[in-house]
Formats: sequence, C-alpha cells, structure tokens
Amino acid sequence: MPQISQLSAVFASQLFWLALVFGLIFFGIGRGMLPKVRSTIGARESKIADDLEKARAARAKADETEAAWRARMDEARVEAARIAHEAKQESARNTERRVNEALVKIDAKVESARVRIWTSVQAARAEMEVVAAEAAQQMVEQLTGMKIDKNDAANAVTAELRALAPAMRREHRAEDAARAKQPLASTVR
Amino acid sequence: MTAGKVDPMKQFTIEPIAPLHIGSYDVSFTNSSLWMLIALALIFGFMALGLKRELVPGRWQVAVEGLTGFIDNMVKVNIGPEGEKFIPFIFSLFAFILVSNLLGLLPLGIIPGMHAFTTTSQFSLTGVLAVTSFSIVILVGLWRHGLRFFSLFVPHGTPLPMIPLIAPIEFISFMVRPFSLGLRLFVAMIAGHILMEVFGSFIVSGGHAGPMGWGIGALSFLFIVFVVGLELLMAVIQAYVFALLTTLYLSDAVNLH
Repeated sequence: MPQISQLSAVFASQLFWLALVFGLIFFGIGRGMLPKVRSTIGARESKIADDLEKARAARAKADETEAAWRARMDEARVEAARIAHEAKQESARNTERRVNEALVKIDAKVESARVRIWTSVQAARAEMEVVAAEAAQQMVEQLTGMKIDKNDAANAVTAELRALAPAMRREHRAEDAARAKQPLASTVR
Repeated sequence: MTAGKVDPMKQFTIEPIAPLHIGSYDVSFTNSSLWMLIALALIFGFMALGLKRELVPGRWQVAVEGLTGFIDNMVKVNIGPEGEKFIPFIFSLFAFILVSNLLGLLPLGIIPGMHAFTTTSQFSLTGVLAVTSFSIVILVGLWRHGLRFFSLFVPHGTPLPMIPLIAPIEFISFMVRPFSLGLRLFVAMIAGHILMEVFGSFIVSGGHAGPMGWGIGALSFLFIVFVVGLELLMAVIQAYVFALLTTLYLSDAVNLH
C-alpha cells in the first residue's frame, strides 16, 4: 500500500501542498468569494421581501381609497335622496298652496255669484210682487167688478208670498248643501 | 507492471514531478500536488462564474448559489444562527473533498501515459483534514465554554453513579472522531478505486483467456459500469458526510448539548 510505504517520504510534501491549496480555498474562496455570493442571495431575498412589502402596502392603500370612495358614494347617495325628498315635499307644498289660493279665489267668485243671484232673485221677487198685485187687482175687477185699491192688493200679495216663502227657502238650502258635499277637486274642476 | 498483471495499488503511488526543498523538508511538487491545484482551479473557476452578482441570476450563478445555499442551509439547521462564521470553513471542506473525489473518477486512463489521481485516497491528506476539523472543534469549544467544554463527556441527565462509566466512553467516542472522519473518506475512496482496478484487470486478463475469459470480461465490464455509478454517488456522499459530521461536531462545541 503506497499510502503507508511512502508516508514518511511524501508526508512533508502532502502537508505543504494541502496547506497551500486548502489555505487558498479557505481564504480566497471561502472568505473571499463565498460572502459575495451569499450577500447577493441576501440582497435578492431582501429585495423580494421589500417588493412584497411594498405591494402589500400599495394594496392596503388601494383598499383604503376604495373604502373612502365607497363612503363618499354612500354619502352622496343619501344626500341625493334627501334633496329629492325635499324637492318633492316642496313641490307638493307649492301645489297645495296654489290649490288653496285657487280655492279661495273660486270661493270668492262663487260667493259673489251667489250674492248676485240673491239680489237678482230679490229684485225679481219685488217685481213679481208688483206684477202679481196688478194681476190680482185686474182678476178681482174682472171677476167681481170691484175696484180694489192698489195698495190693498199689494199688501195681500205680499202676505200670501210671506206665507209661501219658508217652503221655497227650504228648497234653496237643500240645493246648497248638496253642492257643498261634493269633493274639492270636482269643485275646482 | 507486465502485461496481464495489474497492480491495483499502483494508482495510489505519489510520484514527484518537480523536486522542491524547504530547509531539510522535501516538499516536491508531486502528482498529488498537481491534482490538488487542479481542484483549486476548478473550484475557483466555478465560483468565479457565480460572481456576476446579478439580481436575476444566470444559470451558472444559480448553480453556485445552489451549492452555497446547500452549505448555508446545512450549517444553519445543525448549528443555528451562530454557525454563520463556520460557513467558509465547511464550504471549503465540502468543495475541496467533492471536487477531489470527482476528479479521481475522471476516465483519463484511456489516454496513454495519463491517469487520474485521487488526492482523497491518501490518508496523509484526509487525516490532516480530519485533524484540522477536530482541532477547530476543540478550539471553538474551549474558546466559547472554557473548561465547561469537557462537560461534553457527561451527557445531560446522566445519573451520578453512571458518570465514571459514561465519561470514559464519551471521551473515547470523542477522540475517535478525527479517525472516523479521515478514515471513512480514505477507505471509501480507496475501496472503490481498488474495486474498479481489479475488475478492469479482469477484463484485460479475460481477453487473453479464451471464450470463458471473454464471458468473465463481459461480466466484469457490466459490473465496472455499475461500480463507477456507485463511486460517483460515493464521491458526493463522502464529501457531504465529511462536511455534515464536521458541522455536527461544531454544533456540539458551540451549543454543548
């Protein structure tokens, strides 16, 4: 076995060259080149971790922005609904006010018309009394040949009409009441 | 060496190439020195390819980073974060032994007058490496723990009456470490190479011995293919085992049980 038979002869040389070569490997490669390779790996890993961290932060920020946007949208929606509701109420109020104004005007017109009707009725009634008195005077004269004083005839007609008046007035009132019972809208229309 | 008679041990002979003396010591440049230098050059060249330091590595850089990452991982798993400063040493051991083992398997014998020399088949070399590792383990242990380092011989939780028995056993197992380190590598290398040489000689002898011999030669050839594959595996495993055991011994010295 040359390993044993040569040992004493070659040991110094083996030791010297091993020390030289292994020393070069240890100091030149192990301590010189290896740390550079490892630091490259470390730098890459930290860069990847860094980028991941950045991406995570960016995503968190995007989420935040989206949440803020959503909140603003919700707010705007609520605001829009409120404004729409207010506008609706306002317009309803306006309509009601205008309707009421119109109603008041209509009522006034109706009232004045009624007054006119009433005065016309009164005038017509007065005229009718005069005509009735004359007619009664002439009827009595033709039937009986008696001449009745104009004033007496007028008094008699008036008294007769007074007796009839409550019944007539009752009829008028019933008509008025029926009209009042009808709904507002139809009145306006 | 006569034809048909092959000395399987001749491959381990160290032959001087250039005589060199330092004082009274003969430190001649030998074939062993040559192959050590080749290993050094290969490791240097390989590492140089990984030094481009690019953020996105090329294929060579990936290979180099794979190797360094492998050692990094082994040291960190076995020693812990304190193992950081031993990484260059473990790496140097692993790289040198791995490349030396593989260089010894180069089929240079087919070129007349040349043959590969396996530096790790010399126990003058593996022994020195083992003693270096062992010395570093002891120095680190004493440096970090002082005399408490010797509590390594009394495993934690040993009953008091057992200590006189356990301590010598532990001491012996501790002192055997450099031998187990150096001899394992040396024996694994030499055994594989002898096996290959012996079966190689069977092929040569069988060629001169008629049809029967040719059969034996063919079988030997098949077997040699198998052994070479095994040896390639062994070259890697032995380098790994050497580095791993050194790491474990260092872990003992650093973390003490």
